[in-house]
Amino acid sequence: MERIKQENIRNFSIIAHIDHGKSTLADRLIEKTGMLTSREMQNQVLDNMDLERERGITIKLKAVRLVYKAKDGEEYLLNLIDTPGHVDFTYEVSRSLAACEGALLVVDSTQGIEAQTLANVYLALDQDLEIVPIINKIDLPSARPDEVKKEIEDIIGIDCENAPLISAKDGLNIEDVLEAIVKDVPAPKGDPNAPLKALIFDSYYDSYKGVVCYIRVFEGTLKPGMEIQMMSTGKTYEVVEVGINTSKHVQVDKLEAGDVGYVTASIKNVKDARVGDTITDKNNPTAEPLPGYKKVVPMVYCGIYPAEGEDFNSVREALEKLQVNDASLVFEPESSAALGFGFRCGFLGLLHMEIVQERLEREFDLNIVTTAPSVIYKITKTTGEVLEIQNPSNLPPASEIASMQEPIVTANIMTPTDHVGAIMELCQNKRGKFLNMEYLEEKRVVLHYELPLNEVIYDFFDALKSKTRGYASLDYELKGYEESDLVKLDILINGELVDAFSLIVHRDKAYERGRTIAERLREVIPRHQFAIPIQAAIGSKIIARETIRALRKDVLAKCYGGDISRKKKLLEKQKEGKKRMRQIGSVEVPQEAFLTVLKYDEDK
Amino acid sequence: MKDLSIYIHIPFCIQKCYYCDFTSFSNMNDKIPKYMNSLKAELNLYKEKLTDSTIRTIFIGGGTPSVIDGKYIYDLLGHIYNNLKIAKDLEVTIEVNPGTLDREKVKIYKEAGINRVSMGVQSFNNELLKSIGRIHKADHVYESYRLLREEKFENINMDLMSGLPGQTLEDVLSSVKEAVDLGVEHISHYSLILEEGTHLYNQYKKGKLNLPEEDEERLMYHRATDYLIKKGYNHYEISNYALPGFECGHNLVYWDLMPYLGLGLGSHSYMDNKRFYNTSNMLDYIEKVEKKFLPIEGEEEINLSSAIEEFCLLGIRKINGIDKGQFKMRFNVEIENIYGDIINKHIKNGLIIDNGKAIKLTRKGLDLSNLVEVDFLK
Repeated sequence: MERIKQENIRNFSIIAHIDHGKSTLADRLIEKTGMLTSREMQNQVLDNMDLERERGITIKLKAVRLVYKAKDGEEYLLNLIDTPGHVDFTYEVSRSLAACEGALLVVDSTQGIEAQTLANVYLALDQDLEIVPIINKIDLPSARPDEVKKEIEDIIGIDCENAPLISAKDGLNIEDVLEAIVKDVPAPKGDPNAPLKALIFDSYYDSYKGVVCYIRVFEGTLKPGMEIQMMSTGKTYEVVEVGINTSKHVQVDKLEAGDVGYVTASIKNVKDARVGDTITDKNNPTAEPLPGYKKVVPMVYCGIYPAEGEDFNSVREALEKLQVNDASLVFEPESSAALGFGFRCGFLGLLHMEIVQERLEREFDLNIVTTAPSVIYKITKTTGEVLEIQNPSNLPPASEIASMQEPIVTANIMTPTDHVGAIMELCQNKRGKFLNMEYLEEKRVVLHYELPLNEVIYDFFDALKSKTRGYASLDYELKGYEESDLVKLDILINGELVDAFSLIVHRDKAYERGRTIAERLREVIPRHQFAIPIQAAIGSKIIARETIRALRKDVLAKCYGGDISRKKKLLEKQKEGKKRMRQIGSVEVPQEAFLTVLKYDEDK
Repeated sequence: MKDLSIYIHIPFCIQKCYYCDFTSFSNMNDKIPKYMNSLKAELNLYKEKLTDSTIRTIFIGGGTPSVIDGKYIYDLLGHIYNNLKIAKDLEVTIEVNPGTLDREKVKIYKEAGINRVSMGVQSFNNELLKSIGRIHKADHVYESYRLLREEKFENINMDLMSGLPGQTLEDVLSSVKEAVDLGVEHISHYSLILEEGTHLYNQYKKGKLNLPEEDEERLMYHRATDYLIKKGYNHYEISNYALPGFECGHNLVYWDLMPYLGLGLGSHSYMDNKRFYNTSNMLDYIEKVEKKFLPIEGEEEINLSSAIEEFCLLGIRKINGIDKGQFKMRFNVEIENIYGDIINKHIKNGLIIDNGKAIKLTRKGLDLSNLVEVDFLK
């Protein structure tokens, strides 16, 4: 293949809110550039995991190379680098953006700009990217392109006069987008003869090739046979293969400064090819790595346990397999008196946690029980020793604790003005500290708050969605730790402390949380032959109590010839239900109980 | 020779009761002649298969078998007697609604060989009867009962219900006492079951039913049981009581896991290690039988392990419980070898006892039998 010269390369990302049409636009660009025929195209080519498709979000990023013959008669090489679309993956997004010179900002002309989009725009501006605004969904009757253009100009300060007005769904004005990319996104710079400097913006494990790293070469040239070094770890590998992505991997003989592609080098684990790391030539290393690398650390933890009858080892194997592809997932074995042997797992955020749980259940067909998510607390003991606790069960006795700190995030909540009151009330309720409010336009604002992360991971998303009918959006980042009056809330079922339900909460919240949990458990635990007290306690002090009444009647009065099959079906259903129970002392607790405790209560 | 029982379903009613979810219609009277013919035709389809069977019991249920002309019943039973081998002590039961009997009908029943009549009484309280959609009043019960006795029916059952909306303990006990005072040989006393799709169920879902509290309802059951036992009735199944020797042979077939053939719309059968059931669609039923096809809609194989499960979960309903000797004889294995853990667990829970000969429900077990039964499923 004849090389396209560097000045005809364009590396870009697409920034968009969920549902604003990123994947559809990507499909259209791929279609228009003729790399794939319409028939070959699966709907939404870039999102290739089922789960992503279902949730309409992109979890792992990827790059695809398009060849476009522009109106000026020249052929251009467009590298589209996909970004994940959720607050949990901010760091990964920033690394993808770092691989580009420009970003398309796709805004739904019926909705306007959203908090999360804005957060990503700021990330892109931090990387000095050229922002190309695109106004989408102009086919809809409720489209208001002029207002949205003005909004973008006001908020971000970029000129939208020539912004393409498109409908990705109908394939309308897609040419304009391609021309804007060629015209507005700068060509990459960099010397192919300088020492190698390549950024890893994604990696995944392939069982034949080992880890495949998606890279952007900034300086120098990468070829098979070269010895490369990961600058953060110092580990070295021999390059097996370099290539580019069209609809599949295509091997090439080299990647040069400005190129986007992939490299394999018999790397065994994605942990050794971390996103953001710089690859250099071992024998001719660059002096400085590319800026911005950081090791991502989990912010949210929960226990994952095999459900009744499920094998501990199958869960471990599944987690190991997921981890090979997910450097930000951490886990270690732990045991719970209530749930037996399982794992304490760390995640980037709540969504990441849910995704891992769902993948364990769907892809590995496992039955698991998850405990309430927790954050990392810093505990200073009276002895002066400082502990980091992410499992409430490991909290030392109150008498040994001098002080406790909890993680605080800065949250940006974007909302139509109608909901400001409801959101403020919510944030207040969640111990939020109001920072300020900015008007984006007449009817839209961003609220800036400081919130304790442990409140955010409880039911904040659901509450926000519910209180604003889905109109508000949220992004947050860790601000740091602050001292806080925290207590361990325990739940006792039939007099027995169930460690899997224990939570660390703010003292002011303990009573309400304890009562809510006790009420919900009363609803989900089936009645037994005996009455079951459910108590919430701080230390030895009971703060809430509910009782599940004893079952007095469970009998079928009639059972004749025509009733037998039906009766058996009924009993079989009961039996199925019993199988999904956890025996805690003499009480059978359904697995949903562990989740129900976390659900947002619509009534409140 | 094998023993066999026959159930015959008559799906016609004057009005559907508010708690009823059986296959029954109040608007298909024009189909009665055709349907009654189809029943005979359906029996013919089984005739050859049954040459080495002896019929021990026949039960004509519904619906309301007594709403149709007595001659159909006479005709149908005659057809059975002429085509199958009949035991000398054949038990033939018909279900009747007190509002639908007259002397002529009762006489025909007698001539047709019916020797047991089951009356759907439910209560002697007219208000309650109305509130559950019954078409009869207490007076109809007395009248029908007198007619039956005059025509020499010597085995009469009354169905009674407790746990009805607005019903009190006194009410239940006074209805039971009425039946006992009349001198019936058999009483079936059912707690109301709210079946999905029934009128009462829908009202319940809307929060419009004032049902007795669980404890109150259990009190109704146990007080009625105590009273009946005191009056000489043998409590022989969760909901059934009989003077000695008057236990319902047909229903015991179900609880003893013995074979039966169900004829008619929606009827269930258990024969040749299979459970199967007929279509519930009237036109479909008539058409299939006319074309000499079995009107069967579904079937389930009952292999050895299912048979063991069913033997236990049905057997435990009998007050005498699961006979360990019979279990051994039938399945060639001790019940403890299969259910030892479960038996011990529920003895410990106080739901069953093992008296050496049989496993049976305790008084508490009678309230919570499902907890035991569910464990018999493997």
